[in-house]
Amino acid sequence: MNDIVTALFLIAGGIFSFIASLGMLRLPDTIIRMHAATKAGALGAGLIIVAQAFYHFELATTLRSIAVVTFILLTAPVAAHLIGRAAYCSKVTLWKKTWIDELANTCDWRIPEFDTDENSKPESQDSK
Amino acid sequence: MNMENVLLKAATELTLVLLMLGILLAFIRLLIGPDPADRIVALDLISILIVGLLAAFSVYTDEKSFLDVAIAYALIAFLGTVALARYRERLAKKHDRFKTIKDIHK
Repeated sequence: MNDIVTALFLIAGGIFSFIASLGMLRLPDTIIRMHAATKAGALGAGLIIVAQAFYHFELATTLRSIAVVTFILLTAPVAAHLIGRAAYCSKVTLWKKTWIDELANTCDWRIPEFDTDENSKPESQDSK
Repeated sequence: MNMENVLLKAATELTLVLLMLGILLAFIRLLIGPDPADRIVALDLISILIVGLLAAFSVYTDEKSFLDVAIAYALIAFLGTVALARYRERLAKKHDRFKTIKDIHK
């Protein structure tokens, strides 16, 4: 019974991972590719780790599997946000069918609250 | 060898092949990616797929300690992705500032 559940989760995870990398290769634009990589990739890896927990089926392995899945689900959105922000702010070319760009004027380095470099703000060091 | 063992072995081998093909496709994007951000995304996907590959390999070899390797690899991969993304952003900002100063002095 455990072997059947393990096999189903393994195949589902492998297919999702393959779809993620297929999207990585075929999608038209950096930010759309980031969407495929983080969501489908995290789902595929999580399913394979769940399959591994079902295969060994003991307390220590299951707890470690829960820790890994939680860690992946916590860090994948953070990494996606950072990469997306870096890509958008370095003015990567958007897909030619992009017809709405709500962040069009937000990514200007001359806006002071967007400036994250601590060395360029001496007044914040004085206030410490 | 009973039926379930054959099924599990076939499923594990299929999953390993799918994951290796996925890593290969992500490597192609890592090579041809037009922007450095594309390469960072491809590296992030490769590291997530390697975590899945370690878990599938732990089923394939019936070895529990591969999960510890997966934990450590996920931690290091996240830190690497964050560092590369911040590097890309800082590079863009420096370039942009440089352009602005040049425009002022023109």
